[in-house]
Amino acid sequence: MAQAERLSTWQTFQQRTKHGDVIFWLLTLFFALMVVALVAAVGYVAWVGSSEARGRFGLSFLFKTGWDPNAQNFGALPAIYGTLVSSGIALLIAGPLGILIGVFLSELCPQRFKSPLSFMVELLAAIPSVIYGMWGVFVFVPFFRSWVAAPIAKSVGKSFPLLAGPVAAGRGLMVAGIILAIMILPTIAAITRDVLAVVPNHQREAMLAVGATRWEMIRKAVLPYARAGIIGGLMLGLGRALGETMAALMVIGSVKDKISTSLFGGGITAASLVASELPNANDSMHESTLILIALVLFGITLCVNAFARLLVWQAARGPVGSARS
Amino acid sequence: MNTQTIESQQVTLQKLTPFYGATQAVQPVDVVIRPRSVTAIIGPSGCGKSTVLRCLNRMHEVVPNARVEGTVLLGEHNIYGSGIEPQAVRRRIGMVFQQPNPLRMLSIFENVAIGLRLEGYARNIIDERVEQSLRAAALWDEVKDKLNHSGLALSGGQQQRLCIARAIALQPEVLLLDEPCSALDPVSTYKIEELLIELKQNYTIVIVTHNMQQAARIADRTLVFMVERTQGRPIGVLVEEDDTNKIFTAPRDPRTEDYISGRVG
Repeated sequence: MAQAERLSTWQTFQQRTKHGDVIFWLLTLFFALMVVALVAAVGYVAWVGSSEARGRFGLSFLFKTGWDPNAQNFGALPAIYGTLVSSGIALLIAGPLGILIGVFLSELCPQRFKSPLSFMVELLAAIPSVIYGMWGVFVFVPFFRSWVAAPIAKSVGKSFPLLAGPVAAGRGLMVAGIILAIMILPTIAAITRDVLAVVPNHQREAMLAVGATRWEMIRKAVLPYARAGIIGGLMLGLGRALGETMAALMVIGSVKDKISTSLFGGGITAASLVASELPNANDSMHESTLILIALVLFGITLCVNAFARLLVWQAARGPVGSARS
Repeated sequence: MNTQTIESQQVTLQKLTPFYGATQAVQPVDVVIRPRSVTAIIGPSGCGKSTVLRCLNRMHEVVPNARVEGTVLLGEHNIYGSGIEPQAVRRRIGMVFQQPNPLRMLSIFENVAIGLRLEGYARNIIDERVEQSLRAAALWDEVKDKLNHSGLALSGGQQQRLCIARAIALQPEVLLLDEPCSALDPVSTYKIEELLIELKQNYTIVIVTHNMQQAARIADRTLVFMVERTQGRPIGVLVEEDDTNKIFTAPRDPRTEDYISGRVG
């Protein structure tokens, strides 16, 4: 009798809680799977939409130059080259700068300047890309052409084709890379600052206690500890540069049919090529080719992300036995 | 092992007064810490014992706004003298912290070698000193086959001995320990205490501890700090300094007696 009563008390408790975890689990599972489904859907649309172009050009599309919608002669190499080179330049410039900014903000900045400076860095990330592009066109391109590109092309460029002239309008891969660098700088700086902020203080004290200077402490204890996170930040920045459309389009020079040997020459990125031509594609072949370009960009970013995963995984591994599972 | 004269390993505190910003943390401390002996600092939480310890190798000033007034002499040289770099002080006065803190991305070997690497020692000297230090820290036999493994793969007690090895690899004059056993089990604690008694032949040792039995077991001299309130603000004060057995058997100050008998703190 008493036992039955006790059991029914338990049941009232159990009824309230029984299904909660299952529903919660299903709900989160659903949203997690939705991410996978979205990636698959995007890939599928690009794959199907580009079937005409794939059928016509095959794999050689990736290694061919040329862009003539009237003759239906297309090649993706200039767009691939332009995407990788402009993003590479951006990463080369913004990587070291962003890491140093992050180090300053997290380790060296006096307390009262910390939040204003952090705010400015984050503000830089909030500026729409078209404004960067406009600033690039009206301010940076003219400056860069007459003060940097022209002198370099005239001197070093004579014996070094990568930096040769003609500089012409000033738009090109180098300028695009620099504008992209400014755009991804805040991402890298902010992530570096955040991952350095969670390095435990006892690691810093361990270095200081053996007579390390501030710099030695940062180099030997703080940066290695945060290495995986910093690489993650770099890859996030690179991802942003690879996919950036508007700003790159405005300053890169839109040379679609050939690869310029010089970084001062014009070029095109995959994203800006699609954005600029898709609204006025002449025919289904042209459209299909642009979708194929998008598919190629998709592939590039997937490869970069996979590579980044590998790097982060490698970097997170310290000596034997220190691995974070 | 040590080439220093015994006098150069004496630490003298003269009116040492640590501050956090405008707040004075401890009343001025005047004490002579005897060379090649173990000195324990005991007292209740918040009495400033760790703060005083961190003043002895200029780690106190690492905290933002923290500063120090007064003088600390190592031998006859003021470590707060003008033109003295804190890095140089810390090379000569090693420190072990409450939480074992091997550097995460470095191997066991590199953890011990790090101070020597910063100094730019030759490789053969580093090899020699690392082994020497690990032996001195009674860790060599346990790690000699896995020197390239991470320090984090070791147990807590081993990690703390690794940190002691790291500190003594630079052959400092003084070794400071800030509650080194508070995160360890009794067996590891015992091993570290044995080690400290061994190490006092070469080093001046100052240890902050919460554990009065530990002070009684290993310390030759003991400093007792207490918290006082002046104008509502807590402030640490050195109430007694004496041979350890006197402190525990016949304390002169009633506050010491209350503390060690467990009535306060």
